[in-house]
Amino acid sequence: MLHSLCRNISILSLLMWSAFASGEEIRSFHDKPDLPTSEIKSGYEFLTRESRMLQSDDFANPGLLWVDRGEILFHEEGEHKSCASCHKGQGNYTLAGAAATFPKMVSGRLTNLEVQINHCRVERQRLVAFEYESEKQLSLTAYVASLSRGMPYQVSIVGDARPSFTKGRDYFFQRRGQLNLACTQCHDDNQGKLLRGDRISQGHPNAYPGYRLEWQTFGSLHRRIQDCDVGVKAAPFEAGSTTYIELELYLAWRAKHLLLESPGIRR
Amino acid sequence: MLMIRIKAPVKATKGQVIELKAMIQHKMETGYRRDKYGRQIPRDILRRFECLYNEEVVFRAQFFPAVAANPILTFYTVATESGFLVFRWVDEAGVEAFDKVELEVV
Repeated sequence: MLHSLCRNISILSLLMWSAFASGEEIRSFHDKPDLPTSEIKSGYEFLTRESRMLQSDDFANPGLLWVDRGEILFHEEGEHKSCASCHKGQGNYTLAGAAATFPKMVSGRLTNLEVQINHCRVERQRLVAFEYESEKQLSLTAYVASLSRGMPYQVSIVGDARPSFTKGRDYFFQRRGQLNLACTQCHDDNQGKLLRGDRISQGHPNAYPGYRLEWQTFGSLHRRIQDCDVGVKAAPFEAGSTTYIELELYLAWRAKHLLLESPGIRR
Repeated sequence: MLMIRIKAPVKATKGQVIELKAMIQHKMETGYRRDKYGRQIPRDILRRFECLYNEEVVFRAQFFPAVAANPILTFYTVATESGFLVFRWVDEAGVEAFDKVELEVV
């Protein structure tokens, strides 16, 4: 009797101790260093051989269906001017390499490729903005991104982009959700290991917008980030939200010399 | 608008075996999934595919719910004479999608 009472007390004190300890638990890892440049690997290298072959296939990559449609939309004109009428093949308005510079500050606002296309539609073409993640937006973004395929990221994180970059970086190192996990815990600390049947990648954005086998369709980077947030049981932000664009800036900077692969194939 | 991608040679010699590839943008909704309100998402799949070479069927296929989205088919035929290759898909509601390419046989 006395023995069991003692045991109960010791269990209780253990519980109290752990409750105290959790009060000092690390909430954010923002002091952690970024992924070293020498270790950066594209998500492509974490794929199976078959998925890599699908991405590299100039015909069978299903993302090319969206690129094809985007090319049609790019040249489509009615009462409005087409995208192509300004962004001709050569000169100042060529879009080759443009996708690699986003997200960037455009008239004081952090803008990614999707938002920039909508800006062009509303301001220059006098059209209605695309709904985020709509088929037309995905197609046009896919086409514009495909013009930068094989080029390295060139984002700026200095000047007025600096505060956004810092917020995006903080998001990456902040624990969230019921599983209480930060992006960095999977994509820095446990990259290359198995999460169920999946090989954990470094979480680079260079395949997106891309085709994800799990979705059986084409999607944006923000949809992919939402899936990660849902995965750690956190409430995801809306696709196109400022928070995700800030994170996108950090991810693009973190990917450093990696080449854009859009339309990429991912699991 | 369903996007279609066709890979076929422009030119072939008589009697040559040619490889044809056809991919179509289609969600191939199985009918087994439910939306966030628990309602069944109705089945929406392609049912049939055929390839006609100068109006003669050279390849035919049936699709079922287990076929992945954006199906791609690779098949072969023998080049006999110059003419047209027609690729035709028919969905559940009988709606057709097709594409046509010209083949020159020398």
